[in-house]
Amino acid sequence: MRLLIIEDDKEAGAYLAKAFREEGHLAELAADGLEGYALARESQYDVLIVDRMLPKLDGLSLIAGLREQKVDTPVLILSALGQVDDRVKGLRAGGDDYLAKPYAFSELLARVEALARRRSGPRGEETVYRVGDLELDRLSHEARVAGKQVVLQPREFRLLEYLMKHAGQVVTRTMLLENVWDYHFDPQTNVIDVHISRLRSKIDKGRATPLLHTVRGAGYMIRENGR
Amino acid sequence: MKTVGKLFRTTAFKLSLAYFVLFSLGAWLVLTGVGRRVEQVLDEQVAETIDAEIARLTELYGEGGLRQLVASVERRARAPGGSIFIVSTAAGEYIAGNIVASPMLAAQGDALDETIYRRRGEGEEILHHALARLVVLPGGFRLLVGHDIGDHRVLRRILRQGLGESLLWLALVGTLGGLFVAYRLLERVDAMSASARRIMAGDLDQRLEETGAGDELDRLAENLNAMLARIGELMTGLREVSDNIAHDLKTPLTRLRNRAEEISRADASAEETRAALGGIIAESEALIRVFDALLTIARAEAGYSSDMMTDVDAGEIAADIVELYEPLAEEQGAQLHADVGARLMVRGNRELLGQALVNLVDNALKYGAEAEKPAVLVSARRVGGSIEICVADQGPGVPPQDRERVIGRFVRLESSRSRPGSGLGLSLAAAVARLHHGSLRLEDNAPGLRVVVSLPAAGFAHG
Repeated sequence: MRLLIIEDDKEAGAYLAKAFREEGHLAELAADGLEGYALARESQYDVLIVDRMLPKLDGLSLIAGLREQKVDTPVLILSALGQVDDRVKGLRAGGDDYLAKPYAFSELLARVEALARRRSGPRGEETVYRVGDLELDRLSHEARVAGKQVVLQPREFRLLEYLMKHAGQVVTRTMLLENVWDYHFDPQTNVIDVHISRLRSKIDKGRATPLLHTVRGAGYMIRENGR
Repeated sequence: MKTVGKLFRTTAFKLSLAYFVLFSLGAWLVLTGVGRRVEQVLDEQVAETIDAEIARLTELYGEGGLRQLVASVERRARAPGGSIFIVSTAAGEYIAGNIVASPMLAAQGDALDETIYRRRGEGEEILHHALARLVVLPGGFRLLVGHDIGDHRVLRRILRQGLGESLLWLALVGTLGGLFVAYRLLERVDAMSASARRIMAGDLDQRLEETGAGDELDRLAENLNAMLARIGELMTGLREVSDNIAHDLKTPLTRLRNRAEEISRADASAEETRAALGGIIAESEALIRVFDALLTIARAEAGYSSDMMTDVDAGEIAADIVELYEPLAEEQGAQLHADVGARLMVRGNRELLGQALVNLVDNALKYGAEAEKPAVLVSARRVGGSIEICVADQGPGVPPQDRERVIGRFVRLESSRSRPGSGLGLSLAAAVARLHHGSLRLEDNAPGLRVVVSLPAAGFAHG
């Protein structure tokens, strides 16, 4: 995955670049809005990580400018402004995701990977998701384990659908709350965990190696056994 | 000079000037109208007199011929008054009467007309004005009967003079009055400006002077003062927040620092280091949460732009949050139920309302857990023009005297000090309710606490 990080705080930028490289990604840095804009226009990136307050050209104008030039690289906005309307403004300017500072790196990584995945091979069009012997039919709203139907509540279905759409990827609690419940605040208590364990009891019951994994310090991931 | 120039530029003075012009125009119209009408009435009276005389004289001529007519005319001509008579031949030669020939004698018709004449026995140069009618008698003799209208002209002149004089006075009084009013207004506006400058200079407790006259300036001052009071409240709120931040954030920051120092100790074991690091992350996350809650409150109190508000179903939000928390409640051995009516629309922001409710439900589960069979009920219904969302638990509740206080930031009752939480949940919910022009109140659930968020229903004007 090739990333461009546009961040004027040198230390934060270097830390991010290093952390992404350790995860095996290519990360480039731009220190101001104009430099970032030029780089984003000239080269191909999988995801842009844009700080909102940048010297020379602010993050939102940068994104709006790129969108005007038909550059459709997914953009994740990083910002110290994390209120409801800040987020709406960021997404309206053309951002694809919004993460408020301070954040956990695992959260940023999961979101960036989800954005890159969305671009490379959108799973959105498939009507049936499969992970191991778990099947989810998005048209008939049915889930099956080894061919046997599992009864899910509507919300459980959406939860499973989102996890399977991102099979093999880490999905954080906040991402789940955003995409399954459509609320964007921090799920303070372990509300999401309890929903996951309910779902797990339905799809992983009696399985030697479960499909739904907890990724410590990050979130959850659904993936086939042994992979 | 400068002040005088300022006076002339005031709205009050310009208004007085405009009134003066309008009033003069009006007075002129009225007076000329009245003058015309008076003249007309007088003219009509004159015409009637003339016609009566002509009728009488024509009759006499018919009865007694020219001699009778001349005798009668001579008699009448001697009588005092403004009447004029002349009898002439067809060629216009004088036979009898009290005036020297008039140009009208040569006229053909018997129309009533204004004419000039000279009185017999007066100087050549004295010309009079009269209204007169000419009659051609059988036999070709001409009879002119008229009446002097010199006094009508005098009346007209007097009226004109009066108008001019009164306008002059009006202009004088109007200008002085205008200047006086302008001066008074300017004085008050200057006083208000001075107060405003003092306020701008930092003296936020200053208020604009209200004279109690209840006029428009007073109302303006009243509104501006209300605005200042609101700004003052916001400033006080901000100050309180910073005080509280200083107080309640320094404690966890100190813990954070202590843990970091523990790690930097040379003899710290790997295990100790890992434990301390975990503590640091947990501590910083808790701090971030407090910060976020504070920012959300501050932002909600500062107000959101109207494009962040849409028509949302409060019942749906309540049901959503209950659905989100229900598994957690069950795991904690509590029951969480929703009792929600249909279509409870409010003008608001779904995110913020959801966040407020999450805080209330979280509190209810936390404090309601003390009950033997913990149960939390979230209900939403319409009450008049309001939508009320209630979150009720069966915990220890809040004593009536503390209810007002616990809504404040960072306030936690002594009994709950040991529990986790920032003490910001209720303040956040209250701030969100206020943002929606609603309110938050605490009630006795007997046993337990019932938090009621009351929001104006969509389509109902908020007061």
